[in-house]
Amino acid sequence: MTQATLTQPTNPPTEQAAQAPSMTHKARAQLRWPIHLVLMFAALLVMLPAYFTVITSIKSEADYSANKIGLPAQIVLSNFDTAMRGGRFLIWFGNSLVLTTGAVVLSSVVAILAAFAFAWMRFPGRNALLIMITLLMVIPPVVIIVPIFLMLSQIDLISTYPGTILIYAGLVAPFAVYMLTNFFRTIPKELFEAGLIDGASLLDLLLRVLLPLSSPAILTMVIVNALYVWNDLLVALVLLPKDNLRTVMVGITVFGSRYNSDVPVAMAGMMLASVPMIVLYLLGQRYFIRGLVAGAIKE
Amino acid sequence: MLKTRWFTPWLFIAPLLLLLIFVFAYPLVSIFDYSQRRIRVNEGPYIGTTNYQQVLSDDVFGQAVAHNVYLLVAAVPLLVFVSLFVAILLYEQVRAWKLYRTILFLPYVLALPIIGVVMSNLFQLNGAINTVLNAFGLSFLTRDWLGRSENALFTILLVIVWRESGFGIVLFLARLLSLNEELEDAAKVDGARWWQRRWYVTLPQMRSIIEFYVVVSMITMLAWVFAYVYSMTRGGPGNATIVLELYMWNFAFRNALPGIASAVAVLLLATTFVLMIPVFILRLREQRAWERGDNRS
Repeated sequence: MTQATLTQPTNPPTEQAAQAPSMTHKARAQLRWPIHLVLMFAALLVMLPAYFTVITSIKSEADYSANKIGLPAQIVLSNFDTAMRGGRFLIWFGNSLVLTTGAVVLSSVVAILAAFAFAWMRFPGRNALLIMITLLMVIPPVVIIVPIFLMLSQIDLISTYPGTILIYAGLVAPFAVYMLTNFFRTIPKELFEAGLIDGASLLDLLLRVLLPLSSPAILTMVIVNALYVWNDLLVALVLLPKDNLRTVMVGITVFGSRYNSDVPVAMAGMMLASVPMIVLYLLGQRYFIRGLVAGAIKE
Repeated sequence: MLKTRWFTPWLFIAPLLLLLIFVFAYPLVSIFDYSQRRIRVNEGPYIGTTNYQQVLSDDVFGQAVAHNVYLLVAAVPLLVFVSLFVAILLYEQVRAWKLYRTILFLPYVLALPIIGVVMSNLFQLNGAINTVLNAFGLSFLTRDWLGRSENALFTILLVIVWRESGFGIVLFLARLLSLNEELEDAAKVDGARWWQRRWYVTLPQMRSIIEFYVVVSMITMLAWVFAYVYSMTRGGPGNATIVLELYMWNFAFRNALPGIASAVAVLLLATTFVLMIPVFILRLREQRAWERGDNRS
């Protein structure tokens, strides 16, 4: 499941909730080594496929068939050339980048506006509406993909960026609204009142007061939603059937089966495809963790 | 609360509502409608419950349901056990625990299609997994992991647990780190052993997050395993790893029968909501307790 979240009217996830290190809580000395052993074993299990991917991607095919798991006899970089042939990865990256950027920007704008109203304005049906929107988070996209496909075909938006961006933006919007509404509610009222006395308009308040204060929450939301769109297979597979519009995920799925007899090339392709997300994860780890557990954590 | 004119909030919400109606409301209404029609292209005559009858009497549908149920029954307890166990060990905050956490969460960040392609190579008959098993003298464990019907679904289960436990670990750890240390210290003073404190002090406080994770994982196993299956086996060999999502997919996009696919969608949606009910009752109860101000007791 993606950003697995259910409704929970509580505070936004704080840095504290995600990773407050507690200094008082330490394992007794005789427990430490067994714990290290188990954790190392788990880490090993997690890293094995990564090791296999890296090692295989720099082997020749002959080397691979003789030696599945050892280090390469000779480092071969031509697999990357083969994988990149015709610039296909660049095209896929380009497509994924356009879709991810478009969907994240559109959903963020729409969600920020709505969350502002949900958090700070009074209107009939507000809570019911918010609950309904958060409920949408558990609807599996596969359930609605058939009518979406038919609908986009009818209005000639199938196999287009705008149509697909709209759908992705809609799929990630409920999470964005949910997260931002909770965050906006924690912002002290005094900051608003000061602004109001100065005669600022609502839009001024939103842009000048609320947004600057919310940048960590917005960054978290952007990362989670970008991850969702970038990693999605189903929607891209259905809505972008044309070869030249393939995303990275659709591309590598096809690529993986085409090169399933040339494993080193397939693994070189997988390395190329996974680098952006791994780099982003290592740089913004706390935002990933905070975002993906958002909504599930109760203070 | 800000004072606004009555229509102002609606101006702020309107773009969101339009988007959600387009992406969710219209399609959700449509699947109910389509599921009762014999659809060709995008319209067709009303045929009542014929699509449902056809789906329910299809053997392949039965297989798909059985496979989802197998994943649910096997994976959910495994996921809870593994994630909870690892999270509790991480909670001890041994040296480099943050590094362990970074590594253990990594699979959850990686895209499923990438994992699928890598894993299907690892699990080939002459692939790395069997090579490693042979090297360690465990050749009795080697098998054709994905190529034979009797193994394929189990292999997919392994990959699912491998990846999804990353989420559970981080989720449980975040909850553990927010726990009240006083109870733990009091138990320590009373001379409770490590495992006693975990069992009698820590676990009871984890109840609601575990329940949450169980429900999320159940829904995942029913309705979010498409990418695993599609990128590893496409449902094969034969129908050995077909799941509900793939069954729907086949009817919608290979057999061009959206009516049948919509009937499956309705059944899937209904099941998802039934699974959600206990969570909402629970949440509602917690919310009321919180409002009464006795949530700390």
